[in-house]
Amino acid sequence: MTDTSQTQVLERPKSTPMLKAMVGIGIACGLLIVMTYEGTLPRIERLKKEALEQAIFRVLPGTVTTKTFLLSDAQKLEETTSDEGTLVYAGYDGSGDLLGIAIEGSGQGYADIIRILYGYNPNTEKIIGFYVLESKETPGLGDKIEKDESFLENFVALDVSLNGDLSTIQNEVVPVKAGAKENPWEVDGITGATISSRAIANIMNESIQYWGPLIVQQKEEFTAD
Amino acid sequence: MSAEDKNINQGSLQMANAKPSTDEFIKGLWRDNPVFVQVLGMCPVLAVSNTALNALAMGLATTFVLLMSNILVSLLRNFIPKQVRIASYILIIATFVTITDYAIQAISVELHKSLGAFISLIVVNCLILSRAEAFASKNTLGKSIADALGMGLGFVFALFCLGAVREILGSGTFFDIALFPSGFQEWVVMILPAGGFFTLAIWLLIFNVFKERKQKDE
Repeated sequence: MTDTSQTQVLERPKSTPMLKAMVGIGIACGLLIVMTYEGTLPRIERLKKEALEQAIFRVLPGTVTTKTFLLSDAQKLEETTSDEGTLVYAGYDGSGDLLGIAIEGSGQGYADIIRILYGYNPNTEKIIGFYVLESKETPGLGDKIEKDESFLENFVALDVSLNGDLSTIQNEVVPVKAGAKENPWEVDGITGATISSRAIANIMNESIQYWGPLIVQQKEEFTAD
Repeated sequence: MSAEDKNINQGSLQMANAKPSTDEFIKGLWRDNPVFVQVLGMCPVLAVSNTALNALAMGLATTFVLLMSNILVSLLRNFIPKQVRIASYILIIATFVTITDYAIQAISVELHKSLGAFISLIVVNCLILSRAEAFASKNTLGKSIADALGMGLGFVFALFCLGAVREILGSGTFFDIALFPSGFQEWVVMILPAGGFFTLAIWLLIFNVFKERKQKDE
């Protein structure tokens, strides 16, 4: 690359200018990144919060106000204002009546972990809404789980009733082939997005088996002021 | 080269003679288009061109990084010793990519979600490093800015060409607005990776046919 290589032995390059350049650029770049991070952080956090709030409104139709509940280590649900820990979100209508609880669930999809939010009505013991928070499913195929209307209809009133002693759900949520749904606890799949739509049913099944009994047993927590 | 300059059009040729930086700008847009002529930076071109909006956002993000890195590299070209130049360029590029990443998150969480990992991958987009190494490190600030804008907008243009075709055929929409009556059967393959290759091949074909014709005319 240099002509010196042909004529004479390479002169040892001085290290001070190199050091100066690298350290100088490094410090300047570091400062720039920190400044941008600090500058954008409040807005990013606000947008994320708004996005979550909108998701809650979507999975609990008719919601006017929301409250956040924390699951403590002793498996107790209590109202909280922090956003740390295992949380569920309760939605209330205009007159303060409980509409349902928005619960987050996640699990392996086709491409990566899918994170979903779904609405659960502890009075009727039904899943009443569903929204994908995060997914990297194949655009055009797997991402139909977010848009396919007949798939989303599964989650308008999906039966997840508890059994007699409130320890688990009576019928597991089962994914079936597109159009084969017969029972109210089955989830119609999507042609072309078989794995992704099954993943949603399985995520929900696992999550509601854990949360269903917990929430129904402590239902008063949500209605108490 | 002057023969090709005529291809653009007579007016821009005159401007190019009057102001060298105009030529630097025009060449990236058309004659040396980074995608259709140099075939650089194929990873984002194929991966993020499944909708017009994604393509546009990705193109603009790349343009911003290209512009800022060209400016800095050009300003620091006498200060960076040649032994550490590549490391320095990467450092500069990576910084602006990180800044862009935060900026896109602050603009729209939704957009950030759909661009995914490809924002961070701008760091290794060879288009940016090649412009820093081949152009900005040897030219003045003004020329480097013109070069970055030209190449960047050329990249946006190319990505948009792909994104628009793929979205229209693959989802039947354009910027999320439905174009066809409800009976339209989408060509799902167009939004899958294979569709990216098809569309790119067709655009390259069109470009080359065009270029050959012009050359014959000369």
